Amino acid sequence: MESNARRSSYVLGFVLAVGLTAIPFAVVAKHYMSPANSLIVIAITAVLQVLVHLRFFLHLRLTTTPRENLLAIAFTAVLLFLMLGGSFWIMFDLDRRMAL
Amino acid sequence: MSVSVPAASGPHEVEASDVHEQRALGFWLYLMGDAVIFALLFMTYAIMVGNTAAGPTGKALFNLNNTISETALLLISSTTFGFASIASREGDRRSVLGWLLITFILGAGFVTLEIREFTGLIARGAGPDRSGFLSAFFTLVGTHGTHVSVGLIWILILGGQVIAKGLTVSVASRLYRLGLFWHFLDIAWVGIFSVVYLPGLL
Amino acid sequence: MFGKLTLDALPLYSAIAAGGAAITVGGALLVMIVITWLRSWKYLWTEWFTSVDHKRIGVMYIVLALIMLLRGFVDAGMMRAQQAIALNSDGYLPPEHFDQIFSSHGTIMIFFVAMPFLTGLVNIAVPLQIGTRDVAFPFLNSLSLWFSVSGAALVMVSLVIGKFSTAGWTGYPPFSGIEYNAGVGVDYWIWALLISGVGTTLTGINFIVTIVKRRAPGMTLMRMTPFTWTALCTAILMAFAFPALTVACGLLALDRLLGMHFFTNAQGGNMMNYINLFWIWGHPEVYILILPAFGVFSEVVATFSRKRLFGYESLVYATAAIAILSFTVWLHHFFTMGSSANVNAFFGVTTMIIAVPTGVKVFNWLLTMYRGRITFHPSMLWTVGFVVTFVIGGMTGVLLAMPPADFLMHNTTFLVAHFHNMIIPGVLFGYFAGYMYWFPKAFGFKLNEAWGKAAFWFWITGFYLAFMPLYALGLMGMPRRMEHYNDPAWQPWLIAASVGAALILVGIICLVVQLAVSIRDRRAALDLTGDPWDGRTLEWATSSPPPAYNFAVLPEINDREPLLDMKQRGVVFKKPSGYQDIELPRNTAVGVVMGGLSFVLGFAMVWHIWWLAAVCGLAMWIALVVRASDDEAEYVLPASEVARLEEARYQAMATGGS
Repeated sequence: MESNARRSSYVLGFVLAVGLTAIPFAVVAKHYMSPANSLIVIAITAVLQVLVHLRFFLHLRLTTTPRENLLAIAFTAVLLFLMLGGSFWIMFDLDRRMAL
Repeated sequence: MSVSVPAASGPHEVEASDVHEQRALGFWLYLMGDAVIFALLFMTYAIMVGNTAAGPTGKALFNLNNTISETALLLISSTTFGFASIASREGDRRSVLGWLLITFILGAGFVTLEIREFTGLIARGAGPDRSGFLSAFFTLVGTHGTHVSVGLIWILILGGQVIAKGLTVSVASRLYRLGLFWHFLDIAWVGIFSVVYLPGLL
Repeated sequence: MFGKLTLDALPLYSAIAAGGAAITVGGALLVMIVITWLRSWKYLWTEWFTSVDHKRIGVMYIVLALIMLLRGFVDAGMMRAQQAIALNSDGYLPPEHFDQIFSSHGTIMIFFVAMPFLTGLVNIAVPLQIGTRDVAFPFLNSLSLWFSVSGAALVMVSLVIGKFSTAGWTGYPPFSGIEYNAGVGVDYWIWALLISGVGTTLTGINFIVTIVKRRAPGMTLMRMTPFTWTALCTAILMAFAFPALTVACGLLALDRLLGMHFFTNAQGGNMMNYINLFWIWGHPEVYILILPAFGVFSEVVATFSRKRLFGYESLVYATAAIAILSFTVWLHHFFTMGSSANVNAFFGVTTMIIAVPTGVKVFNWLLTMYRGRITFHPSMLWTVGFVVTFVIGGMTGVLLAMPPADFLMHNTTFLVAHFHNMIIPGVLFGYFAGYMYWFPKAFGFKLNEAWGKAAFWFWITGFYLAFMPLYALGLMGMPRRMEHYNDPAWQPWLIAASVGAALILVGIICLVVQLAVSIRDRRAALDLTGDPWDGRTLEWATSSPPPAYNFAVLPEINDREPLLDMKQRGVVFKKPSGYQDIELPRNTAVGVVMGGLSFVLGFAMVWHIWWLAAVCGLAMWIALVVRASDDEAEYVLPASEVARLEEARYQAMATGGS
């Protein structure tokens, strides 16, 4: 990617990130929604912003990024799903049964 | 019998680009391990957020304006580091140093705000030894802040190397990895304000 | 100035403890005196301690493992002796001392015997098997070694200054927390694990990059040796599982040092989270221990059956499946701690599933032997002994995988028998087999086979006699970790078990004698070609030991068994038409210095000597930065020198005959 394209990438990424940050902060500051709905907005904008960072700042692309780097990220994602999913299930189950 | 015969046909030896790719992959793998550490700290926080032991909750302690400032500083610094990366590819030493300096100042601002937040909490009796919730908070956010501080030191060291050695292949390669580190920390921060501060202030 | 450290830390309160300290100090002094008498300090420093060569680092890892095996075995012998006599009596070991012993036994055997042993074998063999000159990060390799040594040293020094943990090798809170265990024992345990854990994580990253990026041209993934495949999966497990241990121990340390409340009883601690975090690491850890052993068995069985490994693809997929599945079973270590039936059932099912790929591998090994031309080299004996014995342990594992059954047997000696049934015939026999298989490659001469076979027979009969009674005792209701008991029905079994331990002691003596005899008789058993077993894989194409650069010319690979392929095409051991300059990494003192600093740092953290910890931490930082900024970490070996070394090798092959 030559320099101007990269510069645009960072600027666009920055603008998108600012937007995806402003939304959840505004929702919390101005109490636009119920807490439950606010959490959903926060979660969605967070996931989207992470994707923005991965693409526009870290330049991760399915085509150009070396395969092993993509595999490392994908494998980590699978593991995090297992570790976090398993942990939450176990710990909330224990909390329910054992008041821990 | 002559021994220094010109290269026999055979596979090439390791080249500089190979070394850079190997180091990049190695660094990615380190970042993935770091991601596991952060994820487990997030998980710990999530299951302990209610363990306030009759002490203060996030709502009482967190400050939205402070969080906005920290977020802005870090996000802008990620962008300025990006500009440093571009300057490095162009071989523009002065721009690299300029953008690194701005990144450093923004990052130092972030760390300063965070230290002030922590000392303030401790002074109010809401230190990490007050409750499980606060232990988890200080450790998760503090681990991130420690990583940022290490990044700041790394910026200083690499800035020194740019001055002393110029934008050699090795220095540029190290800048690349510092960039990965810096952007990764901004991603972790997105997680922190989304999981800790914003839900805490609801 | 010295934190909590006073003269009271010396173990003068008990004769046994004082004896242990004296042996430790005496042993260390003896080694230092011998080295001084042989005037070998400079040699050891320049050729070994500062080396970044994977072959040397591998040897040092194995030396560490074998020394710590002796210490860990003394712990085992002491426990067996105590349990044999302690019916309605106190025996000879007070409870607190017994508790330290079972804690150090497990900690040492897992972290400082099995882990260094497998890391050593992977270091020696994998770069040779994939046709590369060294690992991707030679300096980090050295650092990893010295961090492991540092962790082992912390455990050993706890014998002399202070005490070790009494909280088991797993360190569960709240007992391991500051409220119930304010002494230094748990801290020694934490810092030994944290420091060596960093080393292991780095090893994982190092070997992933090495195997993914540095294979010789033509070596596709499906042409790698089975040992390299298991090394790759092991490295992946290391890199991704050890962060969980870092978090578990790190949070416990924060509780103990800074009064935090992650795992405390009061103020909102959640003790089950420690167990959750610990076993998220702990289960992949046991696969880290066993996978390289499976790899060794695959190599040995093919070489000594003189037959291609049966079902290579299924073996690879089975290994990968085991690696991924190892992250889905961890709750089976705490079925009894309050989870609902749904949670227990899910993890019980995944635990049963993970047994399947190992079963696939057993069939692969058996079918490789079937219709092979078998040579019963000691490594083959270890392999056959493994297949029979490990399967028994695997079956008891599937039994334990059922939560209702586990409720009866958890924390009984049935469990102890099960995991020793996996680790001894599985892990340890595998690494003994690898040690005897690759020893000539590392040192240039073969090990005495008669003593190797004797060691095997004593180990396997000793194992059965020491651990089968524990299955029976578990079913009779005996809990683990018992310092004394009052049921007379148990004692005959425990006496039998201690006889088994004595047989294993003889097996260990056989190993020591084997080494001594082999060194004494080495000139009669020289490996002059580099291929002592008529091997099929690439490591046997180099000389024994290989030169620093491994291969003068990097090979091109056309087959899954490259050396066999070269032999069949008639091109093996052929001189190349010319040589080139070779770039190699320089030796460096930074690894061993940082290792030493980490030991002092750990010691200072244990004894709360804050200024010393800060100084060491800073020094380590500076050393790392200096090293990372070094742009001249390589040197060039000129083609003329390469030619000279290669000529010498061909001369030796010609004159030696073989």
